[in-house]
Amino acid sequence: MSTAPTAEVVRREENYLNVSYGIRSWLLTTDHKRIALLYLASVTVFFFLGGVFAVLIRLNLFTPTGDLVSAATYNKLFTMHGVVMIFFFLIPSIPAVLGNFLIPLMIGAKDLAFPRLNLASWYLFNMGGLIVLYSILSGGIDTGWTFYTPFSSVYSNTHVVSTIFGIFIAGFSSILTGLNFIVTIHTMRAPGMTWFRLPLFVWTHYATSLIFVLGTPVIAITLALVAAERLFHLGIFNPALGGDPLLFQHLFWFYSHPAVYIMVLPAMGVTTELITTFARKKLFGYSFVAAASLAIAVIGFLVWGHHMFVAGQSAYAAMIFSLLSYLVAIPSAVKVFNWTATLYKGSVSWATPMLYGLGFIGLFVMGGLTGLFLAALGVDVHVHDTYFVVAHFHYIMVGGAVMGYLGGLHYWWPKISGRLYPEALARFAAIVLFIGFNLTFFPQFILGYLGMPRRYHAYPPEFQVLNVLSTAGASILAIGYLLPMAYFIWSMRYGPAAGPNPWPATGLEWLTPSPPPPHNFDETPTVTWEPYDFPNRPDLKYPSPVVAVRQLGPTPQEE
Amino acid sequence: MLTRLPLFPESASTMAGRVDALFFFLLGFSVLLSLLIFILIIGFSIKYRRRASNEIGASIGGSLRLETLWIVIPFLLSMVMFAWGADLYISIRQPPPQALEIFVVAKQWMWKLQHPEGQMEINELHVPLGRDIQLTMTSEDVIHDFFVPAFRVKADVLPGRYTTIWFHATKPGRYHLFCAQYCGTNHAQMGGWVEVMEPAAFEFWLAGGTAEESMAEAGARLFQQFACANCHRPSGQGRGPSLVGLYGSQVRLQEGETVLVDNDYLRESILTPRAKIAAGYEPVMPVFQGLVNEQQVLQLIAYIKSLASPPPVAEQQRSELPSQ
Repeated sequence: MSTAPTAEVVRREENYLNVSYGIRSWLLTTDHKRIALLYLASVTVFFFLGGVFAVLIRLNLFTPTGDLVSAATYNKLFTMHGVVMIFFFLIPSIPAVLGNFLIPLMIGAKDLAFPRLNLASWYLFNMGGLIVLYSILSGGIDTGWTFYTPFSSVYSNTHVVSTIFGIFIAGFSSILTGLNFIVTIHTMRAPGMTWFRLPLFVWTHYATSLIFVLGTPVIAITLALVAAERLFHLGIFNPALGGDPLLFQHLFWFYSHPAVYIMVLPAMGVTTELITTFARKKLFGYSFVAAASLAIAVIGFLVWGHHMFVAGQSAYAAMIFSLLSYLVAIPSAVKVFNWTATLYKGSVSWATPMLYGLGFIGLFVMGGLTGLFLAALGVDVHVHDTYFVVAHFHYIMVGGAVMGYLGGLHYWWPKISGRLYPEALARFAAIVLFIGFNLTFFPQFILGYLGMPRRYHAYPPEFQVLNVLSTAGASILAIGYLLPMAYFIWSMRYGPAAGPNPWPATGLEWLTPSPPPPHNFDETPTVTWEPYDFPNRPDLKYPSPVVAVRQLGPTPQEE
Repeated sequence: MLTRLPLFPESASTMAGRVDALFFFLLGFSVLLSLLIFILIIGFSIKYRRRASNEIGASIGGSLRLETLWIVIPFLLSMVMFAWGADLYISIRQPPPQALEIFVVAKQWMWKLQHPEGQMEINELHVPLGRDIQLTMTSEDVIHDFFVPAFRVKADVLPGRYTTIWFHATKPGRYHLFCAQYCGTNHAQMGGWVEVMEPAAFEFWLAGGTAEESMAEAGARLFQQFACANCHRPSGQGRGPSLVGLYGSQVRLQEGETVLVDNDYLRESILTPRAKIAAGYEPVMPVFQGLVNEQQVLQLIAYIKSLASPPPVAEQQRSELPSQ
């Protein structure tokens, strides 16, 4: 605790943004904070590209006959929407941007363990992205982001191999980032920063990194096999050549189900930080929330078969996968209950990041509960491959992961940029996003149970009203995404200076100036406090000098 | 039938009600749990809203009792969902033994269906009301999926193997048939209708068709045409095993294991005979992959089935139909 106030008082002129200028100083940087901003630029480009595809998809579905684009074009649009959003936005977004920026700061380190490897990851990511962009510009791909064989390996006439190659390359950036995080978290924690004093953001990134390292090679091998069958006619997945099409699905989902947790675990980490900071309260059940992250990562590797309940796998396999899918729901539920309990007797602020945090919980609850429908074998048979599934995973991916990402971006923006964003406008944007999101995706649950299959360029006329609602929602959602983009850029120049710890919050990242100096801390901090322990942090500066602890009845038992 | 804003699908099979029951159970649970969480979140956020800018929350670290409670209760409830869903799934996956079998061949982008009597249909399936219907399905190219929302059943249709689906229609009418597994450019067009007819009307429809021969008869013709009978003699004295009474029996293979003679085994034995050799026979049968199409394989299977004793179930049932 002794170093904390001094680190805060000394405001240095030099920070990671102004230490050097010029394009070379960015493209050759090994500073994790600058690399995080490079990633921010890259994933923002991909997010808007994927968003444009989404807008075209929704516009096409405005009419039952799908008048905007041809069937072939529509198939390419939803494929490229999926490929870009999943591999080039959702998977890297929180880990590579916020994780990169914050993990060294949060554990009191000067950088990641392998700074040059970190820069190499960014180059690999962009190389993969450029190859995919090339595939898109030279005609696109129409296999769906799932690349099911034998359609992808034999029948599709589009740019399958080059797209797969791009994803293959980008996969190495995931593996290297995961490796970097694991080594950093193990070896570079500041004195006193024990495992159970780590912010939950770090725990979830640790769990995510395990999936990066263990899962990504499997998708790389699988996609390489698809390319091999396509190029050299090896009989791996094509039954006409003695292959097995279901083998592909097993291998694909062995990575791609855990990949869902790659996308949502970091968002859970962000949400934990938001809830504790804006309720100014210790996290309820810290060890349970931390253990839940690891449980999700581990059990998440054992549930891939729930994507194949109607695919032709054996009924017994399906039952095991259903059982395990219910088990993986429990740690997610535990997190939700602990977040809710954390609000109890807190001092709850409704600042913008908290709106995202609470929005995340609400949408994640709905996404998670509808997951129970899909895990129920008998019901999944009906809703499988319908819009029910589309709605479910958008509640998790967009309602969960993107809300978490935006919440985190708002929360740490003062640290990243040194500036505050316009609070009223930001709250307005958060509410617009929440409304637009629900209007877009809630009707899709109804469409799904009615039986509208996914990936349909045209649909029976009785489904039109719900589709029009969804399209209307999407246009509101689009405005909700453009607003933060605009005011973040505005605030970089015109926003009021944030100071080191504007909320205030308890993490080590808030002990250093905003924006942080190139090496993060002048002196390595020593941690003597528990995480999120507001009452025992006299160094935190509240707007008024008197700290009023909410008066309580009997204190519930500590675990 | 078509309203402008339907909110719930039609129910037209025995399975529909059972699936809907579990759906409503899950819906009820979800609504209650989300209401609980939303009320608590919103309630806490209002009740404990920050009243002074320097206020901080109470010092509460957690509660082992609460953690146990909200691990154990959701676990138990989820096991109820699992068991209910699994029970339903077994019913969906297990066709009743006396089901009327119809054969489906999917290709980009159409459904070809054939009744045992030989009647062929494209993108339309006529079935009688009140009978168990089993579809045996395969694909000529990529993976498709046979989906009838009003029946709450669906199954992927794969190249190189048979998958099955069954239903028991309870309401006459025309119901959407969709391909639910993305299969290429005209995936959205790969649909049609299932028409459920009163049994008498169905008989009339079946009699009015242009089928010249039943599937088994067509299979018998192919059996002669490909000279299968030269080796597979009914007496069992040929170079290949006799096919009389074969379907549904257990066959011993060269390696000593036994295998059940079903559609998949017969399909494999016709297309790639060397995959499994029956004990006591030489691997002399030529490969028919590329010589017969999926439809013909199904007809050959129908013929081999008809050689089984007792006489094929489907035909026996079909002849009893008008008396219903």
